[in-house]
Amino acid sequence: MRPLKTLKKLYDDESHIIITEKGSPPRVMFYGEDFWVEDLPVGTRVICARPPLEGVPNVKAAIRYAINHPEGMDPLHALLEPGMKVTVALDDISLPLPPMKTPDVRQQVLEIVLELLADSGVDDVHLVIANALHRRMTEAEMKRMVGETIFDAFYPDRYYNHDAEDPDGIVELERTSHDEVVAINRRAAESDLVIYVNINLVPMDGGHKSVGTGLTNYESLRAHHNAKTIRDTESYMEPSKSQLHRSTERIGRVIDQSVKVFHIETTINNRMFEEPVGFLMKKEEDFTEFDRLKLQSFKYALSKLPRPLKRKMFFNIYAPYEVTGVFAGATEPTHQKTLEQSWKQYSVPVQGQSDIVIFGMPYVSPYNVNSILNPLLVQVMALGYLYNLNRGVPLVKKGGVIIFTHPCYDEFDPEHHAPYIEFFNRLLPETRDAMKLEHKYEREFAKNPSYVHLYRKGHAYHGAHPFYMWYWGENGRQHVGKVIAAGAENNHVPAIMGWDRTDTLSEAIEEARGFMGRGASISFVKIPPILQTDVRL
Amino acid sequence: MTHEPRAESPSTTAPRLGKAAFFDVDGTLISTNVVHAYGYYALNEGSYLGIARRGLTTLANLPLFGVLNLVDRKIFNEYFYRQYEGLTEDRLLTLNQDLFDDVIKPAIFPRAQDLIDQARRAGCRVVLVTGALDFTMSPLARHLGADDLIANRMQFVGGRATGKVIPPIIEGANKADVIRDYCEKHGISLGKSFAYSDSASDYAMLTAVGRPTAVNPDLRLRALARSYNWPVLDLR
Repeated sequence: MRPLKTLKKLYDDESHIIITEKGSPPRVMFYGEDFWVEDLPVGTRVICARPPLEGVPNVKAAIRYAINHPEGMDPLHALLEPGMKVTVALDDISLPLPPMKTPDVRQQVLEIVLELLADSGVDDVHLVIANALHRRMTEAEMKRMVGETIFDAFYPDRYYNHDAEDPDGIVELERTSHDEVVAINRRAAESDLVIYVNINLVPMDGGHKSVGTGLTNYESLRAHHNAKTIRDTESYMEPSKSQLHRSTERIGRVIDQSVKVFHIETTINNRMFEEPVGFLMKKEEDFTEFDRLKLQSFKYALSKLPRPLKRKMFFNIYAPYEVTGVFAGATEPTHQKTLEQSWKQYSVPVQGQSDIVIFGMPYVSPYNVNSILNPLLVQVMALGYLYNLNRGVPLVKKGGVIIFTHPCYDEFDPEHHAPYIEFFNRLLPETRDAMKLEHKYEREFAKNPSYVHLYRKGHAYHGAHPFYMWYWGENGRQHVGKVIAAGAENNHVPAIMGWDRTDTLSEAIEEARGFMGRGASISFVKIPPILQTDVRL
Repeated sequence: MTHEPRAESPSTTAPRLGKAAFFDVDGTLISTNVVHAYGYYALNEGSYLGIARRGLTTLANLPLFGVLNLVDRKIFNEYFYRQYEGLTEDRLLTLNQDLFDDVIKPAIFPRAQDLIDQARRAGCRVVLVTGALDFTMSPLARHLGADDLIANRMQFVGGRATGKVIPPIIEGANKADVIRDYCEKHGISLGKSFAYSDSASDYAMLTAVGRPTAVNPDLRLRALARSYNWPVLDLR
């Protein structure tokens, strides 16, 4: 039975744009691990997300239906033969954000798929986390993702993280027509069937990007994770306008010729928070007295806590996402269905760009789950993700200003982000030129034995990863005229990044108006919940 | 494999394009130290009287060894290696493979070989730089696939150890000197090279290269690594 709460609409479909007036309530926005409550200038366009789509009433039924009625392939049961070798690849902890409440949808998919495999006489099954050059997931994280029963049955010999640096663990296939290296996990390459279980949080994910990116190595990623490709990508979220996706598609098609891949893609709604922080899902106009009380209580509690405890607290808030669709089958037709469903949830039509765009910067990004949003990740959130949450046309005008709210503390997690520390302290003071950084230093970091060791044996991101973070911000950097870090608690982090800083949001808006003119248009993107602007010019 | 603690002569002015990975051994790649090695020789001295004498002397000196090691690694080495006085060269050489099999090999940290292999894949010459004696470390260097070993050398007169180490003693600041000489001799760029150690006593060696890394660090080295943003590895 569908719980009653899922039937409740938080607000109307059509009221996702609010123009601030005199007397409009102040807006709640993330300021790292804190909240700011700020009055915005009259005339500011506040862009709110669509309300969460209703979840499917029975997730397991939806999964069964999808694998029995796949797109462009035979049903999964018809692909199975006794004795065959199967690899099930899974999206890693970077998806979804915040991490979802248990049972994770990956667990639900696995419970059905593994039972089907066992019933079909398929015993040689490995579960591989498609973490590419991301950090290895910890044992506890792996257990949480698939549930205790599956974990106990498969971990550690048959449930493990992909190792992009295992010299014996990668197989190179033929190159693409553009001479791009195609390399994938040996176990996957040598399997009779690969089943990829995906969670699609935003349209950037899934499709050919799943196997071709998640199960590959540094040499293959270089084909598209580079400064030029990113500069030539108009939007990460609109695959048809993405040079990045064109490259992953070419690579994916080569993989599909060599390996039989059955995709199971899932979409979730944007229900990112619930009580006691359910107010984050509401427009301020809809706040009750109790919501305001909770907000003030949270703000007070956060003001008394040290930052590590605040982080701990936020990372213990799991998202009550609901599954809105399950699609299965061949890569491209399956992903097409996924994208359609994804846009239904996230797309917010907006008329025209803005001179100034304001984002509240949350505590989490895809690369710091259970860790610190370090300066490089603040950069990738501002110029990589938040800037790119659009369907081909950026919300901010060319030469415009992005303002984000974050303390920009100079803190790094040495366990997760060891190479970031050197990148930030040694390379960025020398140059911020992505091309130069790539040419001069990327390979040195990627091959650094210490960083490779920390990636393979510890829980660190690969030595090449801080470069990817910098490239990810590249088209944002090329597009905007100024970035202002409102509330940055020091001068040197914004200075190294090439940003301005102010103490308050009002000062940041004043500075931005000074740059763009007094009549500059302002948009505030109210995230959470997540949304993507569909800008019409 | 070379066993010279110092390069003999600077090489030509050819550009230094190569790189090396310099590994301290005790505490970095293996969990044992020079005292374990000597203890093994002492317990295999050949006569009950000799075993008892060397064993008891070593035991009695352990607190002093500990203090000297903390105060000054150079004095510790000089004092400690005096214990070898009188041991015959042929016995030490005969026992070194047994010492490796019985004591050192089981003490190799589980992830040490992975790190060395990774350094080799990154194009580095692999060099062990240790204050231990060369004959005790040779089997380990062969086992790990090191290209070179830079270790202390015992002086022998008439086939018997004098208890003196042929200078310079490989420890502390001298480690930095010998790797500089090594790089000079082999056309290796110090700036592109790596060094790995567990101890703040190797601070000089770590700062001599462009890519220092703390491995299983003691408290002082951990603090230094944090201050200078050096990576910290755990091979245990």
